[in-house]
Amino acid sequence: MSDNNSQSAATPFWRDERYLQILGQVVFVLLVGLFFYSIARNMITGLARQGMALGFNFLKSMSGFDIGEMLIEYSRSSTYGRALLVGLVNTLMVSVLGIIFSTILGIILGVARLSTNYLVNKIAAFYLEVMRNLALLVFLIFWYLGVFLKLPRVKDAILWPGNILLTNRGVGIPWGVPTETFGTYRLILLGGLVLASAVAVILHYRGRRTGRPPLTTLWFFVTLVGAAAIGWIVLPSAPLALDLPYVKGLNLAGGRILSPEFMALFSGLTLYTAAFIGEVVRAGIQSVSKGQVEASRALGLSGFQTLRLVVFPQALRVIIPPLTSQYLNLTKNSSLAVAIGYPDFFYVSSTVINQSGRAVEMISLIMLVYLATSLLTSVFMNWYNQKIRLVER
Amino acid sequence: MNKKYFALLALVIVASMVLSACGGAAPTAAPPAETSAPEPTTAPAAPAPAQVEFTAPGYGGTLTTVKERGMLICGVNSQVPGFGYVDAAGAFSGLDVDYCRAVAAAIFGDPEKVEFRPVTASERFTALQSGEIDILSRNTTWSLQRDTELNGNFVHTTYYDGQGMMVPKDSGITDLAGLDGGTICVQTGTTTELNLADVFAAQGIAYTPAVFDNADNTFAAYAEGRCDAVTTDKSGLVARRAVLPDPENHVILDVTISKEPLGPMVRHGDDQWFDIAQWTVFAMISGEEFGLTSANIDSMMSTATAPEVRRFLGLEGDLGLKLGLENNWAYNVIKLVGNYGEVYDRNLGPDTPTYIPRGLNKLYLDGGLLYAPPFR
Repeated sequence: MSDNNSQSAATPFWRDERYLQILGQVVFVLLVGLFFYSIARNMITGLARQGMALGFNFLKSMSGFDIGEMLIEYSRSSTYGRALLVGLVNTLMVSVLGIIFSTILGIILGVARLSTNYLVNKIAAFYLEVMRNLALLVFLIFWYLGVFLKLPRVKDAILWPGNILLTNRGVGIPWGVPTETFGTYRLILLGGLVLASAVAVILHYRGRRTGRPPLTTLWFFVTLVGAAAIGWIVLPSAPLALDLPYVKGLNLAGGRILSPEFMALFSGLTLYTAAFIGEVVRAGIQSVSKGQVEASRALGLSGFQTLRLVVFPQALRVIIPPLTSQYLNLTKNSSLAVAIGYPDFFYVSSTVINQSGRAVEMISLIMLVYLATSLLTSVFMNWYNQKIRLVER
Repeated sequence: MNKKYFALLALVIVASMVLSACGGAAPTAAPPAETSAPEPTTAPAAPAPAQVEFTAPGYGGTLTTVKERGMLICGVNSQVPGFGYVDAAGAFSGLDVDYCRAVAAAIFGDPEKVEFRPVTASERFTALQSGEIDILSRNTTWSLQRDTELNGNFVHTTYYDGQGMMVPKDSGITDLAGLDGGTICVQTGTTTELNLADVFAAQGIAYTPAVFDNADNTFAAYAEGRCDAVTTDKSGLVARRAVLPDPENHVILDVTISKEPLGPMVRHGDDQWFDIAQWTVFAMISGEEFGLTSANIDSMMSTATAPEVRRFLGLEGDLGLKLGLENNWAYNVIKLVGNYGEVYDRNLGPDTPTYIPRGLNKLYLDGGLLYAPPFR
């Protein structure tokens, strides 16, 4: 008892490290909380003094403005909320396409950078250095004002092989238009997908049993494409009719018209991000120790097999985390669209802010939407990272 | 696995924070009551100086702030010659810019005590609401929504305008129907953008908008042939045509899509400031009506006999003091900046590259719409 007393007298709690650590954290959290509370309160009282209420009901009122390009139904009598959705879909379209194409180009660049062919190696190195040292905004404006707006006017449109029309109103590409058999064809495609998955699963398990590496991915696609081709031939009429772009009056019509703003943003983002992805890929490949390559050659694997079965699976572990950052960068960088007039989410939002005067709500919404898309991307990429990481046995 | 949950958790936390911040708005209808609560206590506490000012929220605050700062901050355009334009040397000029100088002259007796802050169409109202600028004088169209929801008060119309359409001469387009299926360049965050949608929907003309963030980008894209036509206020079209690479190859169609009364705007909640801003416009208009110019006003000081002119000049009565200014404020406006006609001629007159006939912007005596209430 007395011993206990002297113990506590010796180290009172304000000098006890265990308490202090917790206390320090509690104080820090309180301070941060207080900071955010005070700025939120400051804003709300400030707005109230000016007689401005907060709320998201304005999203249901009519927007009154038109948007240049949209993938979903929209007109001036649609709501602000709908306008924002149009912008979000536009952002997602350019981001997803940008991610796909910059990944493909990036992998090619990364491998080319390691090539022993002098010319290929130096061209890739030159490209990477130039791209990585350019400001993206400058690059986008170059593509917009310097390339796509410099294309000829509609009446002097350039026709490229493959019926691609180049004008300063946009690039027209041939596009499929669904015919009446398209519904049936969609079912055939679905069936093909199920069949191909079944083939892949069977091959995968057989490969495990026999120990022979099965070409799962290859056969998956062969089955899928086979089913698609058979369906196309068997149906009485083709499910998609080819629609070619042509000049109609003041504008292009038919096919699919990609606006100069979209083309500039898409090319700019893709070429820029591909350079960074190229470096990520190169770093990943170089992280695989030379012994691994030598061992696989000693086992008699070919060059391509070495790359596919030994180097890439190990490199992927290093590549995925920085690759995720690049994907996130691309998505966020798409908001630079505001400089060249592509109606992405941020651009439509700033129009809504201006026409409705709801700056606080809209800025919170913009932050929330970008945060949500980024977090969703990283959740997916983290899941993939978990899946491919080296399982230690 | 942990990372995944952490990411989801973070998302949920942020979402709930934002939602609660917004949800918190409704209950905080209380703060106005809270902030107004001190007023009754201060009002009885200060009966000693007999002239207790009527303290509506913000009343008189703007003028005090401006005087303490020693400088008026005016949100202007920097891209429309004749209205608000900054030249290569960094000097601002234009009708809207000179109005700011007139307000500075009325307050300080010095038209140079004004800082011009260029704002884009889409950021102008936020700049005014947040107090970053004292007056917005940026060819802004008066509309009900802006007068109410955007928390501003339009002072008076300083330029009666209408929305027009400019096309390249060789296109052969003469009316709106000729633009069917075409692309039209327009600037975002403007009434122009909304009028365009309204009128074309009403007339059933299909078009694609190409929307840009500022006037420079809009007209650069038009000059590159991105659009079949460009639309904005007619004054803006005239002004921007003057700075196109090939002005002679562009025509402004003889159609007016909408009424565009342009004028300066101040924040809600400071009626004294509103009065100063409004009567500065009236002083410029009345100055022209009374025949007072920056050249003759000094001699008029000794020769003027009409009582209203003498009140205007501050020789009789205390009109300036009622506004919270010096009694010779209107004299300063005319002497240092000029009357409406002088300012108009300086920026949009026949000798300027941006010449626009005065049209509706003449005195009511000459068949225009400019009409100021009496100085009494």
